[in-house]
Amino acid sequence: MESNYNLETRFQERIDREEKIEARDWMPDKYRKTLIRQISQHAHSEIVGMLPEGNWITRAPTLRRKAALLAKVQDEAGHGLYLYSAAETLGATREQMIEDLHTGKAKYSSIFNYPTLAWADMGAIGWLVDGAAIMNQVMLTRTSYGPYARAMVRICKEESFHQRQGYEILLTLCRGSEAQKAMAQDAVNRFWWPSLMMFGPSDKESTNSAQSMKWKIKRKSNDELRQQFIDATVPQAEILGVTLPDPELKWDEESQHYNFGEIDWDEFWRVVKGHGPCNEDRLKARISAHEKGAWVREAAVAYAAKQKEIADQKAISA
Amino acid sequence: MKKNDWPLWEVFIRSKNGLSHKHAGSIHAADADMAIENARDVYTRRQEGVSIWVVPSTSIVASNPDEQTELFDPAENKIYRHPTFYNLPEELNHM
Repeated sequence: MESNYNLETRFQERIDREEKIEARDWMPDKYRKTLIRQISQHAHSEIVGMLPEGNWITRAPTLRRKAALLAKVQDEAGHGLYLYSAAETLGATREQMIEDLHTGKAKYSSIFNYPTLAWADMGAIGWLVDGAAIMNQVMLTRTSYGPYARAMVRICKEESFHQRQGYEILLTLCRGSEAQKAMAQDAVNRFWWPSLMMFGPSDKESTNSAQSMKWKIKRKSNDELRQQFIDATVPQAEILGVTLPDPELKWDEESQHYNFGEIDWDEFWRVVKGHGPCNEDRLKARISAHEKGAWVREAAVAYAAKQKEIADQKAISA
Repeated sequence: MKKNDWPLWEVFIRSKNGLSHKHAGSIHAADADMAIENARDVYTRRQEGVSIWVVPSTSIVASNPDEQTELFDPAENKIYRHPTFYNLPEELNHM
């Protein structure tokens, strides 16, 4: 039996050679745990992320918008499922992950703890929230764990429609009446800062980052991704004709990046710790859906058992 | 697995006729029919497939990655199985 030291060294060498790690390969316990935590929280974010948008499906202004929003929310459900099964390849069980979400042990992206107050929020979410998610997820298509990377490739292909449909919603509003334009601006004002917070704490505060970078679970730091998102988004805001609610946002010739103001980290931690505007509602909705669906899950199992029994009996008597 | 948990199925999808089924991911379902329907909803929302296979995950037998070297060792030193091993004159062009 090889010593753990040797196994870990060999594992790191595989990572350094850009080899992908697959489900049954040896991996350090901490690598497995980090991935289960990250992938399951990513899955929970997709699932909880259906709620703020689901809120507007019945009130979408046209059939076209309604069909698109419905398809987007359906995609989020699918993305959640790709990710849950990626986490299951590491030995996590679906039941345990869901229980951890419901008891508050597992987190999900804080962005979904903000309310969706107006139709324009569907635009702002698609453009900014999905836009921020895409930055992160494009990086994760190259993550070192094979099943996670493959789920990300699939997700990224689908996400691009999400961002475009959101941007189109805002574009339509921005070219509409004064009231519509004001609605778009208000949504952008409310979602800008929370979207920047989606990249997580700044590098100097981020405790898990160094090890995750070494294991190539992630390949860019929170601050790098945040900067990349801002640089991509500011010109898009100009095309819409909306302003971004940061007086310090300014192009810097020297660094070739946008400078931006300080993020309200107190707000960030408040929402992470469960005190955002909708934390309670979101969890309640998830738990209720799970409990109300219990009879369906039980009935399906009972039906499958009965069908098997009938088939077995036929086989015996034949 | 608890009594009411749905078992896990591996999903394989043929993207178009002429190509093999390829592993797409996995899905939970109470029985095979439901596994096909769930696989359709989760893995083919954009016409990614013309055929689906589902296999109970417990039925898959896999080689052990720790024995990868030994398992594939027999093929390692048989370079004469590749066409480039053979020295032929240039003028032969395409063979």
